[in-house]
Amino acid sequence: MKYFGLIWRNVWRKKIRTSLTILSVLVAFLLFALLNALGQAMSGGGAMTGAVRLVVIDKVSLINFLPLSHKNKIAQIPGVAVVSQQSWFGGFYQDPKNQFPQFPVVPDEYFALYPEFVMPEEQMEAWKNNRTGAVIGRDLAELYGLKVGDRIPIQSTIFTRKEGGRTWEFDIEGIFDTTDPKGGTALLLFRHDYFAEANTFGDGFVGWYTLRLAEGADPVEVANAIDLQFANSPNETETSTEAAFAASFAKQFGNIALIVTMILGAVFFTLLLVAGNTMSQSVRERIAELAVLKTLGFKDGTVLGIVLTESVLIMAMGGLLGVALGWLAGLAIGSAMAMFVPGGIVVSTEIVLLAVALMIGAGVLAGIFPALKAMRLSIVDALARG
Amino acid sequence: MSEALARLKGVSRVYQKGKERVEVLHELDLMIPNGDFLAIMGPSGSGKTTLLNLLGGLDKPTGGTVTVGGAELSSMSNNQLSKWRSTHVGFVFQFYNLLPVLTAQKNVELPLLLTNFSGKERAERAAIALDIVGLSDRAKHRPRELSGGEEQRVAIARAVVSDPTLLLCDEPTGDLDRETAEEILKLLQILNREHGKTIVMVTHDPQAAEYASRTLHVDKGKLESRAAA
Repeated sequence: MKYFGLIWRNVWRKKIRTSLTILSVLVAFLLFALLNALGQAMSGGGAMTGAVRLVVIDKVSLINFLPLSHKNKIAQIPGVAVVSQQSWFGGFYQDPKNQFPQFPVVPDEYFALYPEFVMPEEQMEAWKNNRTGAVIGRDLAELYGLKVGDRIPIQSTIFTRKEGGRTWEFDIEGIFDTTDPKGGTALLLFRHDYFAEANTFGDGFVGWYTLRLAEGADPVEVANAIDLQFANSPNETETSTEAAFAASFAKQFGNIALIVTMILGAVFFTLLLVAGNTMSQSVRERIAELAVLKTLGFKDGTVLGIVLTESVLIMAMGGLLGVALGWLAGLAIGSAMAMFVPGGIVVSTEIVLLAVALMIGAGVLAGIFPALKAMRLSIVDALARG
Repeated sequence: MSEALARLKGVSRVYQKGKERVEVLHELDLMIPNGDFLAIMGPSGSGKTTLLNLLGGLDKPTGGTVTVGGAELSSMSNNQLSKWRSTHVGFVFQFYNLLPVLTAQKNVELPLLLTNFSGKERAERAAIALDIVGLSDRAKHRPRELSGGEEQRVAIARAVVSDPTLLLCDEPTGDLDRETAEEILKLLQILNREHGKTIVMVTHDPQAAEYASRTLHVDKGKLESRAAA
């Protein structure tokens, strides 16, 4: 600690250079924290302990449909309180960039599955009385300025109407809120019976089933029972938690873990070059000063330690700021993507510890060669060079 | 003069420059008594600085022995030499060699970082050293805010702060005007006469050498003695 003052002043010897290096470290660790948290959110959820809802998808792929006839069989399995079907509609509102989840659902069943969604009773009744009716979440209503009574056109990228065209129009009959402070409501729900009737294909099939477990039911036993029920049938199932389902969904966009690893690999390789260059310059421009320290009696190992600590300190300053910003960004993005990542995008303790280890490792790697140069320099030669 | 503080016996220093063998010092013998103020003069490349480096444990002889304060430097490891330097010898350079990122006070405290003194004790001792060189009022200034003479005073304070017996000065007035140089030389005289420091000073300047108690001339790696002024 007694060398800290010396180290701190050396770090800030060139303020602009150090600030820019810290900024590049910050960006790298922001990406590290955020992408890892995103990766965890999309690949996690394997553990079923504590799950209240399970999702049943086709065993081969999420994009394969399941027959509607599975519904009654699932409902009869002990431990299943409510089961209902959903499908990915894949539409947009007015412009392809205005994408949000839309699901054809059975109104009563859906709201029984998700009791955190609340809506006035009269709006529910109005929806149930209008086959082309839809309800939307408060977030979506605020995002596009929609209100009850509006007619909203949704352009589907997947489903064509029997009457022709892919534009589906819905009457907004209700707006629902959520009691879950971490949950988002940027979605549109419309009636499955209307969808099945007006759609050109897929009648009798659904995207997946979501079920709510009965009080005290063991999620593992229920999941196994469902999958066993459909084993060796043409439509085998895979039952998992909602988080695992979200991970399967995300895999449609690509191998998230591999993408994260590749991006971070490139970012950290560049970071090592930037930080290594900073440390090399820093040592090169104070060869005489380092020689003076050694003249005064600083041992080789102490000089090595001082230079390495400078490098780790720069990494730690940028890294900790980056992780903190990543944590904040995770909260914001997680809230906006609550439908896809129900657990939110959380920079976990594990990610923070990994980041700290990486800061130390990258700091040592970036500083080791300049530090060795400092350690090995000959006092006589360095002083003669001035 | 009292007993010997430093003794060089048959000291040679040979450098290998490519295929060429350069003998900078040749079987040199020298005894420096405790309390001496010795000036070493000679032309460029005569071996003055090499001699100073050997006395300060910054370099090792290729032949002979260097003994300072009872310690034989030629047989010490690098780490042993580092530790020895931190307690037994102070260095003053021609271009001061202060750390630009530190204040005068913190520059003077540097050698004390290698001791077990607390931060408060380090600050107190550095303040005393700055007072000895007459720069108490400049303690918070950085080197770039000081004149050349003031920088050299800070360097001298840094050299004496750990109370070494031996001060090695390499052209301490080489970068200063005449008036400032005389102030520095008088300060060195005070350190020698009143504080009992043994001083070895390498210089090109005959007027600077006059402040020493005796002068030795080095030429082609050998010593020749002349009477002190």
